[in-house]
Amino acid sequence: MKIIKPFACLFFVLIWLNAFAQTGSKSSIADGNNAGLILPKSFAAIKLADNIGKSRHIAVTPQGDIYVKQLVANGSKGILLLREEKGTGRAAIIKSFGDYGGTGIAIKNGYLYASSDVDIYRYKLDDKGIVIDPEHPEKIVNGLLERHEHESKSIVLDDDGYIYTNIGAYSNSCQERDRVKGSPGMKPCPILDSAGGIWRFKADLPNQTYANGTRYATGLRNVVGLDWNKTTNSLFVMMHGRDQLHDLFPQYYDEKQSAELPAETMYELHNGSNCGWPYMYYDQQKHQKILAPEYGGDGVKQGGENAQDPVAAFPGHLAPNGLLFYTGTMFPEKYRNGAFIAFHGSWNRAPEKQKGFLVAFVPLKNGKPSGDWEIFADNFAGTNDITSPRQAAHRPCGLAQGPDGALYVSDDVKGAIYKIIYTGK
Amino acid sequence: MRYLFFLVLVLTSLATNAQPAKAALQQSITRGKIVYNQVCISCHQADGGGVPNMNPPLIKSKWVDGDKKVLINILLNGFSEKVAIDGDYYSNNMPAQSQLTDQQIADVLTYIRNSFENKASAILPQNVKTCRKK
Repeated sequence: MKIIKPFACLFFVLIWLNAFAQTGSKSSIADGNNAGLILPKSFAAIKLADNIGKSRHIAVTPQGDIYVKQLVANGSKGILLLREEKGTGRAAIIKSFGDYGGTGIAIKNGYLYASSDVDIYRYKLDDKGIVIDPEHPEKIVNGLLERHEHESKSIVLDDDGYIYTNIGAYSNSCQERDRVKGSPGMKPCPILDSAGGIWRFKADLPNQTYANGTRYATGLRNVVGLDWNKTTNSLFVMMHGRDQLHDLFPQYYDEKQSAELPAETMYELHNGSNCGWPYMYYDQQKHQKILAPEYGGDGVKQGGENAQDPVAAFPGHLAPNGLLFYTGTMFPEKYRNGAFIAFHGSWNRAPEKQKGFLVAFVPLKNGKPSGDWEIFADNFAGTNDITSPRQAAHRPCGLAQGPDGALYVSDDVKGAIYKIIYTGK
Repeated sequence: MRYLFFLVLVLTSLATNAQPAKAALQQSITRGKIVYNQVCISCHQADGGGVPNMNPPLIKSKWVDGDKKVLINILLNGFSEKVAIDGDYYSNNMPAQSQLTDQQIADVLTYIRNSFENKASAILPQNVKTCRKK
């Protein structure tokens, strides 16, 4: 009996947990909890999956299945394919493949494209949107620069047969010694030859290297969120602004200024665009391009004479990791062709509280803001009281739009996939 | 032989000066916290938790409470190798902090070795000086 007792206990606990799990999943559609998120009126959220691994960018097929790029491959689980089980509010992993971790994933013209931090691959899809030969992708691009810092490669495709990838600068502000106080900025910044910009390659040509590509845009410190805007037929990116103004230049910036500055910026890019990093940053409070202190700036002097202005600017360090132009019809008219931005949440605001951990929305008309940006989905972190980023329960990273116009959001803490729908109620 | 001499010296000082030594340790920790808040906090955070996938945590870390020389050299020279720390990789480079004085480096390392669930011996300015010479 002594042995049986603990087992009996365990048995009842399991029954109880099972009952809890079932009611939990059923009610998650109807109970108004919205998977813990705070949303505008008449929207609802469900958590389709959780704890599937650090989930970076996502792509949804025309059939509604979800490809998820994992930060870490854990063997051959670099890409997961999830299918929603109708009526349950849950999605199950129906396929996993790819022996590389990474960030980028996109679907275009019957192919799934995915990136490691060095290479870009593609896989042919069948007419149901399923990868035909997961073990043998075509390597489209190889040998992209990866020097730890800003190493992730995001990808997006246009309608003219090109694929675009971010190659982040392996530096904060192109100092001779990265992030070392007193170390001067290099001029010209040698990083810009092979990083700190967006590179363009052919979408269907195997084994391309730098030599086959074009440096499409430069002066971009690090981009994670990017998307093709169909109304302007141009590439839009979200740049992560530089860190540590106070740490490196306490004579010009106090801790509060350093927490708010510089802006996280949205740019519209064309071939040859220059966004000004590392020589300047954008001050969203003064609406000015400011000379970087590593290059003689003092927080006041303006700079970036040859650099273009951002389309939109957001508070410092929020880390925009996902960008999506909404083209669906499920959400109200206001959202059409506007931009959703997944803010990963800050780490560089200490000793101020960390912020972000939300999905923002900015209304756009013909690629220009037609109103102020607003918070669309909040409380991914589970609390507003974040003093250290590891306290955030979830951090938004990737965005995708479903065939019915639902918005999907991925999280790269433990790996949750959210689906946000408009209920009209 | 030199080590034996050092050991005897330490034991003697422990026996005779336990209270002053404890006070000196506490003072070093207090000074170290000030340095931490000026130089380290933005990347490694107030709780030593670091930033997931980006800046490594200092909590219960064998890099922190392990070999003093390894730790001192990370501060003096920076660190840019891609190594797993408790199974996770961190992308940002650690910048060298050689502009700090031997005393400041000793204090800040003594502070982190006695914070964030770490418990390890103090680092002294002469330990830093020895590493800096090489």
